Amino acid sequence: MYEIRIHSRGGQGGVTAARLLALSAIHDGKYATACPFYGAERRGAPVVSFVRIDDSPIKIYSQIKKPDMVIVLDASVMDVVDVLLGLKEGGKVLVNSTHKKEFAGFSSSHVDLTGIALRENLVVAGGPILNTPVLGALAKMGIISVDSAKKSIREMFSDERNVEAAEAAYQEIQL
Amino acid sequence: MKKIATGNKAVAEAVKQVQPTVIAAYPITPQTEIVEQIAEFVSSGELKSRYIPVESEHSAMAACIGASITGVRTFTATSSHGLLYMHEMTNWAAGARLPIVMANVNRSIGPGWNIWAEHTDAMQERDTGWLQVYVSSVQEAYDATLMAFRIAEHNDVLLPVMVNLDGFTLSHIMQPLDTVETGDFIPPVQLPHAIDPKNPAGYGGLTGPDQHFKFRWEIERSMRDSVQVIRETEKDFERRFGRKYDFTEDYRCEDADVVIVAMGTLGKEAEVAIDLLRKEGIKAGSIRLRWLRPFPKLNLKGKDIVVIDRDYSFGFGGILAKSIEAQQKTGVYSVIAGLGGQEVTYEDIADFIRKRRIGEEFWFGVNSHV
Repeated sequence: MYEIRIHSRGGQGGVTAARLLALSAIHDGKYATACPFYGAERRGAPVVSFVRIDDSPIKIYSQIKKPDMVIVLDASVMDVVDVLLGLKEGGKVLVNSTHKKEFAGFSSSHVDLTGIALRENLVVAGGPILNTPVLGALAKMGIISVDSAKKSIREMFSDERNVEAAEAAYQEIQL
Repeated sequence: MKKIATGNKAVAEAVKQVQPTVIAAYPITPQTEIVEQIAEFVSSGELKSRYIPVESEHSAMAACIGASITGVRTFTATSSHGLLYMHEMTNWAAGARLPIVMANVNRSIGPGWNIWAEHTDAMQERDTGWLQVYVSSVQEAYDATLMAFRIAEHNDVLLPVMVNLDGFTLSHIMQPLDTVETGDFIPPVQLPHAIDPKNPAGYGGLTGPDQHFKFRWEIERSMRDSVQVIRETEKDFERRFGRKYDFTEDYRCEDADVVIVAMGTLGKEAEVAIDLLRKEGIKAGSIRLRWLRPFPKLNLKGKDIVVIDRDYSFGFGGILAKSIEAQQKTGVYSVIAGLGGQEVTYEDIADFIRKRRIGEEFWFGVNSHV
């Protein structure tokens, strides 16, 4: 079982990122569940969502406490939330950032999802779309396949710029 | 086709598949997505139902009753306070022998104000004459909703069916969903006592003590007959669509010295706890109770029994635990857990089994085990 926690702010599409990631894993022939944590969410507040990926049906419904990987869609949440909480030793951290963040004991990657979204003009209600480009980064990291990532994006969004943004993130991620 | 859906969307997909003639519903967290999705299906023409967006849950059930008595297929969905607001009408639906299908997204009852998973809402409807099934995955939410229509509308049953899914934990989780073409799996409704709205007639509604007594017995007789109908329906479902269901889902029970009984998502997560305990050499098994009404005959002889109740009857105990104690004529370790969406992990469930004290009651998060 591979467990992923996604940090974002309410309205940034963290739940959709979880959905796209789970769908991609399903297209890869695996089992997956995606779940948002429902508390008192509101726009702009730090939120988390979870994805579990496994080779057999997933029976666990409780929250992920020891993730294998953490995705930070908005680096500013790191000022107020311990994004490394419970992360397994040697676990992966993917941060939406223009520069590398060092995390002792963990493997850190970064990609400028915001820059990619703005460049592709992927903006909704004034905010850059991060949840489709992040799939490209995850494909490069080997979490999902490139084909499944593209297929999932196309199933949910008709605008091909989402796929282009994912391709850009695939190229630009710094592992 | 490989899809991903929430529990709520799965219910709506099943409803689209069976095309009820009338749907009347009122939104309530965490059920709202069902109503929204149904409204979208109706709007796009994929669902050819008459959709009545009523002003309350009491009216939702009343509208379903009014439609159902004309012999058409009906559906509604609710949760928590919405279900309790229907209570007068849920009794009426069963008493009038109407095969209404309802999805109930299990949520606690306020106050304090809480929107998360608990079974107390549906448990408070357990004596109304509704059949009740509790599901534990997105796929099962879809499958059980489909089967609910065939079971409710079967002439040996003609009682309403409630499909229960845990609020948020299942209603909002996304999992793979395989949708099917039901074909003739669900035959058209043929209500023997349907009224004809084109030929209106009035009858005296008053039933004297003798008749009323018989009507009550008829409900119970159909409830008993429903056991066979459920069995046949689930067997036929497996034959056609390849997914197997039963009154309970038993996991590693054959040689178990101790079994844990639970419903909904906790019942599924319990299987992970069982694997954990087996590795420690503890011979444990789990039983996920799917059908609460009719209540199945459990075979737990000679085993220690641990029961998780995500509900409570004040001044009495965990409703499931008390029901099982009565049926098995033995004490159980009664664990009250998960109320108001309380987080319960498989490790916690393993602990309930390891530290069991038969005959006692344990409130998780309030009492300590020892």
